[in-house]
Amino acid sequence: MVRTARRAGGIAVAAVALLACGSGHSGGTAKDAIRVGHFASLTGDTATFGRSADRGIRMAVEELNAAGGVLGRPIEVITEDDRSVTEEARSAAQKLIQRDQVVALLGEVASSRSLAAAPEAQRAGVPMISPASTNPRVTEVGDHVFRTCFIDPFQGAVMARFAHDDLRAKRVAVLFDFKQDYSVGLAEFFRKTFEQLGGEIVADERYTSGDIEFRAQLTTIRSAAPDAIFVPGYYTEVGLIAKQARELGITVPLLGGDGWDSEKTLEIGGPAVEGDYFSTHYAADSDDPRVQDFVKRYQAKNGGVPDAMAALGYDAARILADSLARAGKTDGPALRDAIASTKDFAGVTGRITIDPQRNAVKDAVVLKIDGGRFRYHRTVSAQ
Amino acid sequence: MENLLQQLVNGIAWGSIYALVALGYTMVYGVLRLINFAHGEVYMVGAMTGFYAAHALGVADRPSALGLAATLLAAMATCAALGATIERVAYRPLRRAPRLAPLITAIGVSLLLQNAGQLVLGADPKFFPPLVASREAWRVGSLAVSNIQLTVMATAVVLMAGLELVVMRTRVGRAMRAVAQDADAAALMGVPVDRIIQLTFVLGSALAGAAGIQVGLSNPKIDPLMGLMPGLKAFVAAVLGGIGSIPGAMVGGLLLGVVETLVAGYLSSTYRDAIAFVILIAILLYRPTGLFGSAQAEKV
Repeated sequence: MVRTARRAGGIAVAAVALLACGSGHSGGTAKDAIRVGHFASLTGDTATFGRSADRGIRMAVEELNAAGGVLGRPIEVITEDDRSVTEEARSAAQKLIQRDQVVALLGEVASSRSLAAAPEAQRAGVPMISPASTNPRVTEVGDHVFRTCFIDPFQGAVMARFAHDDLRAKRVAVLFDFKQDYSVGLAEFFRKTFEQLGGEIVADERYTSGDIEFRAQLTTIRSAAPDAIFVPGYYTEVGLIAKQARELGITVPLLGGDGWDSEKTLEIGGPAVEGDYFSTHYAADSDDPRVQDFVKRYQAKNGGVPDAMAALGYDAARILADSLARAGKTDGPALRDAIASTKDFAGVTGRITIDPQRNAVKDAVVLKIDGGRFRYHRTVSAQ
Repeated sequence: MENLLQQLVNGIAWGSIYALVALGYTMVYGVLRLINFAHGEVYMVGAMTGFYAAHALGVADRPSALGLAATLLAAMATCAALGATIERVAYRPLRRAPRLAPLITAIGVSLLLQNAGQLVLGADPKFFPPLVASREAWRVGSLAVSNIQLTVMATAVVLMAGLELVVMRTRVGRAMRAVAQDADAAALMGVPVDRIIQLTFVLGSALAGAAGIQVGLSNPKIDPLMGLMPGLKAFVAAVLGGIGSIPGAMVGGLLLGVVETLVAGYLSSTYRDAIAFVILIAILLYRPTGLFGSAQAEKV
C-alpha cells in the first residue's frame, strides 16, 4: 500500500516536471525575464476592455525594456484571455500564478472578474493590480490587491452631481446590469447621492449582461417621464439600450460611467448616443502634454485613440515596474509593500497615490458624445 | 393603458422572432418526432449570413428595401441549404435508430455549430448593419411603433402566411401532412418520404434564417452563441402551442414574447428567462399537448 502510494507520488512528480518543461518551452521565455501575468477579456462582450488594457500594458513594458528593464532584467507579459466570463477570470489567474509563476498579476477591468480572481492572488501571495475595476469590494479582498483607478462611491457621486447641477435634472431613472458588481454598485452610489441632493429616482429597472431586448424596461422608464436616465453598464448593452430608447421616442440624455469608455459605444449606438455623457478616468483630447505624448505614441504603435482602459493599463504596468525597482527584488511581500507605498506617481491618468485601502485617489472627467466622438466636458476633483 | 399597448407591441415584435424559430421545431417534430436541438444554431447562421451578405453586397451602410430583401434571401437560402445538409448527414442515417439516438445527435450538431462558429467567425459579438433606418413609423400619444418593429412583424406575417399556403394548398404540403400522420402509409401511397422530410428541414431552416435577420435588425448584436437561449425559448413556444401544430407554434411564439415583455416591464427583467421555463414545466404538467395539439395514441 505504502509502496503504491510512493510510486504514484513519483509519477506525479515526473508529470509535473514534464508539464513544467512543456510550458517553459511553449512560452518561449527568456530565462532571466521577470514574468508578469495579465488576465483580460481579449474576446467576448467586453473585448475592447481587455484588448485596450493589454495594449497599454505591453506598450509600457516595451518602453521599459528598451530602457534596460527593471532590476537589470527585462519584463515579460503573459496574457491570459478570460473571454469576458466571470468564472474564467479565476482560472486565468490560477494558470498565471501556478503554471507561469508570475511575480504579479495585472487585471481585470470588469469588477466582477477582478473579484473572482483576487482571492487566488491573495491566497498565493502574488500582488495584483487592477487597472480599472472601480467596485470598492475589489481591494477589500485582501492586502495584496490594489487598483490604479478611483472607486465607485466617488464615480457615482460625480454623475449624480453632474445630473443635478449641470443638467438640472430633478427626476432620473436608473437602468443597471444586475449581473455585474460594477453596475449594481455604481447604480447604488448614484441613487444615494442623487437623493441626498434632493433629486428623485423615478424608475429603477434592471437587465442582465448579454441581454439584447430592453424595450420592456425602457417603456416602463418612459412612462415615469425622467429628465435623464443613468445606465451604468458596459458598452455593448449600452449601445443597444440607447438605440432602443430612441426608437421608443425617449429623447432625454443617457448618463453612464467608465463602462462606456470604448469606441464600440459609438459604433453600436451611432446617432442614438449623441448628446449623452459619461464619467471616466481621462480624456484623450485633454491638452495635458503628458496625455498628448501618450496618445501620440499609442497611435503610432496601435492606431486609434487610446481609451481609458489603455491609459490605465499603461499606468498600472508602470507602477508595477516602479514598485519592483523600489522593492529591489521580486518576492511577494517586498513587492506588495513597495506597491502600497506608491506616492505621487505621475501617470497618464493623473497623479497616483495608493491609499491605505489600496485604492488610487484621482480626479474623474466627464466626457460628452458629440459628433461621433468623445469630447472632454469637465473635470471633477477627488477632493 | 398606452403603456400596456406599447408593451404588447414590443412583445409581439419580440415574439414574432420566437414564432418563426418555433415553426421549424414544430414542423420537424411533426414529420420525424424529433426535437431538432440544432435549430437555434440555424437561426444563428441566418444572422451571421445576413451580416456578411450585407457587407459583401455593399448594402450595410445604405438602408434600402432592396438591400434588406437581398440579405433576407441570402440568409434564408444559406439556412435552407444548411438544414438540408444537417438532415442528410446527421439524421437520415439514424432514421431507423431508437429515438434517443437522433436526439443526442441533434445536441451534437448544435455544439458543433456553436464551436465551429466561434472558431471560424470569432467569439466576439458583431453588430448587425442597420438595414432599416430606425424611425418612428407610427405614433399615437406616447405609443411608438418603429419601422424596425413594423418590418419585423410584417416579415413574420408574410412568411407565416406563405408557409400556411405551402402546407395546406400544395401537393408538397399535402405530402408533408401525410408523412406527419403516418410515414409508412405515406410511403406506400408513393410519397417520397425522405425528400419530403428534407424539404421540411429546408422550410423550417429558411424561416429560422429569416428570424436571424429580424433579430439582427431589431437587436443588432450577434455572436456564435446567440442561438442557444432563443433556441430553447422557441422550443418552449412550440410546446406551448402544441408541438407538431403549425398554428400552435405561431401563437406560442407570440404569446411567449408578450409574456416575457410583460414580466420584464411590470415585474422584473430578472424573471424574463425564468418565465419561459416555468411555462414549459406548467404545460408539461397540466396540458402536455399544448394549446393546439391533440392527444394521439402511441402506436405500438
